[in-house]
Amino acid sequence: MHATMAETQVAAVKRAQEEFVIQPRSGWQPVCFKELWQYRAVLYIMAWRDIKLRYRQTVLGGVWAVLQPLLAMLIFTVLFSRIGHIQAGGPPYPVFAYAGLVPWTFFANAVTMASSSLLGNQALVSKVYFPRLFIPLGAICALLLDLLVGLALALVLMAVYHCPLHWTLLTLPLCLVATVCAASGVSLLLAALNVRYRDVKYVVPFIVQMGMFVTPVIYPMSFVPAWTRPFLALNPMTGAVMGFRYALFGGALDMPLVTVSICTSVVILFAAVVIFRRMEVEFGDVI
Amino acid sequence: MAPVIHIENLSKCYQRKTASSVGSTLREDIVRLFTDAGRKTLAGGKASTQPFWALKDINLDINAGEVVGVIGSNGAGKSTLLKILSRITEPTTGEVRVRGRMASLLEVGTGFHPELTGRENIFLNGTILGMERTEIRRKFDEIVAFAEIDEFLDTPVKHYSSGMYVRLAFAVSAHLAPEILVVDEVLAVGDVSFQRKCLGKMGEVSRQGRTVIFVSHNMAAVENLCTRGVVLRRGEMVFNGSAKDAIQSYMSGITMNNSNMVSSVNLAGASRGQTNHTELLQEMQLRDGRGNPLVTPLSMGQPLQIAIRAYFKQPTKDIEIGVGFDSIFGQRMITVTTALDPEWQGGPLSGSTQFLCCIPEVPLVAGEYRLKVFARSAGVVLDAVDNACQIQVIESDMFGTGKQPYGAFACRSAWQLDVAADVLTLASDAQSRQCGWSKP
Repeated sequence: MHATMAETQVAAVKRAQEEFVIQPRSGWQPVCFKELWQYRAVLYIMAWRDIKLRYRQTVLGGVWAVLQPLLAMLIFTVLFSRIGHIQAGGPPYPVFAYAGLVPWTFFANAVTMASSSLLGNQALVSKVYFPRLFIPLGAICALLLDLLVGLALALVLMAVYHCPLHWTLLTLPLCLVATVCAASGVSLLLAALNVRYRDVKYVVPFIVQMGMFVTPVIYPMSFVPAWTRPFLALNPMTGAVMGFRYALFGGALDMPLVTVSICTSVVILFAAVVIFRRMEVEFGDVI
Repeated sequence: MAPVIHIENLSKCYQRKTASSVGSTLREDIVRLFTDAGRKTLAGGKASTQPFWALKDINLDINAGEVVGVIGSNGAGKSTLLKILSRITEPTTGEVRVRGRMASLLEVGTGFHPELTGRENIFLNGTILGMERTEIRRKFDEIVAFAEIDEFLDTPVKHYSSGMYVRLAFAVSAHLAPEILVVDEVLAVGDVSFQRKCLGKMGEVSRQGRTVIFVSHNMAAVENLCTRGVVLRRGEMVFNGSAKDAIQSYMSGITMNNSNMVSSVNLAGASRGQTNHTELLQEMQLRDGRGNPLVTPLSMGQPLQIAIRAYFKQPTKDIEIGVGFDSIFGQRMITVTTALDPEWQGGPLSGSTQFLCCIPEVPLVAGEYRLKVFARSAGVVLDAVDNACQIQVIESDMFGTGKQPYGAFACRSAWQLDVAADVLTLASDAQSRQCGWSKP
């Protein structure tokens, strides 16, 4: 007990100058990175909790992380079995589809889970303070584990189908960043809007379903008419998915297209954070 | 030294929504955003919201080591104040300056997840409340011991009894070590014995020199733990001073709004259960220990005086006057009557007569009671008013421990270690109690 008291006193001295002010805020709020850093343990614990919870009381547990894209791959392979090799020297269709489905599954799950995360954690929002960004971001971080597991299986599949590894594999971390960026942007935006407008609940399944068809997940970019490509480039996931394929299989990369897509993704993320911060002020009252 | 918490002109205004704007959808808001006409049609031509000031101009300084109790009836703004301090909601105007690490407990077990085990929830809850992982690890055993759940540590908390759940939740909260602690009614949980333990822990926290802001309905706890009391009424701070005076101020505020509570009762006009009684009882007045009319609810263990005026048309002897206290369920709790006073002389009396009954210490626990007044002569009921008035007894720190008795009555008792008794007599004592006979 004495130790705790002494500690408290030391801490008190350390924080004596530490002062914070609670004031009415309105309008646009900057992101306080210092605060985010201070509370980083909460982000970690939120992700940890989601990972722990995700597959609890399921028979297959973590296997679901790979089963989701794998089953989708099987279905699309059966549907498009006539296609065979997408491009000369490229990977066989199953591997090709799987490489697109892994980031897409991540994106779809992230949007679904993160957009409802604030409402799902109502008790936290109305009872305790920490940066609210961590609630949807925690959900996304938790899914990152699935993404990595999915990627590992992609490498296994490539080995099975005798696809050679390429030096472009080194760009994989960049692709991960692009994917997380795309997913975070859309998720944060929807999560913030969802607190006030429950319409979001109906938008999310639509985004997830339709999104897959306007993203080159199960088809290569070369399969769509040329005039639609600039539109597809405005989809933040287009760049990420194309990046993944490039990293895994090498080949040519449509740089302008990917650049536009990633820029869209960054713009959406920026807008999402700004809107989130603005709406955050009233979360406690509205939720 | 500068105050640890400095609250200046703090106000919070909620826009109370009227039916027409409830359930705003994106479409409505977009319409509202772009068209003024849209705003008018949606609101039916009038403003769709009404401002409601949950807090108005609160100014308050709290110094290091103070334990401040915030009291007030429901809707007085206590929770809003705590929510602002906890940064759940934003103030509308004014500001709060806080120096030091603050933790707030608006409920116990914030973030607890039913599917997670006790162990996992300790880490989850602790982190969310602002503890560091090393800190939680260090205090882990202590928390588990406090919660008394060690065998269920790896069981999902959804399988816990509600008591276990609350104990675990409180245990984590109790081991927070912030310099400033904001607590909201967390003591109103769990079984009685655990509430006691929590109160003890709260006292310990305040003794360690931390600053505590404590919102509670438990007046005894406030009186016992708090060095200062603040009373809120309809969003305004109406009192700021010692805890005891704050409770007094709060109580007199309640009484003003409580029409059931009157110190003087006209018995002459009161309805009688039986018509054959003569209307002998005229008036009754409740007074505090100093003989002043009782205008506040009665604190448990406080003295009470009851003055009764009766009119005897003819000389009457062998008179018995009494007052019965019934619980709101109609059960007789206590009866005070002249018949039980060995020094009472029964008359004869005639004309207008006043009786004064002094109860040194009302032994009733908090609650509402109905008073029945009766007059008898030689065992025959002359007059009786069944529902003369109601009194409210409120919790108080009667025993100086901050703890409330359970049961229907408050009874003082003194305890000591009986060092002389050996094991044998203790055992035979227990035996005799079981057998139902008393030892000579």
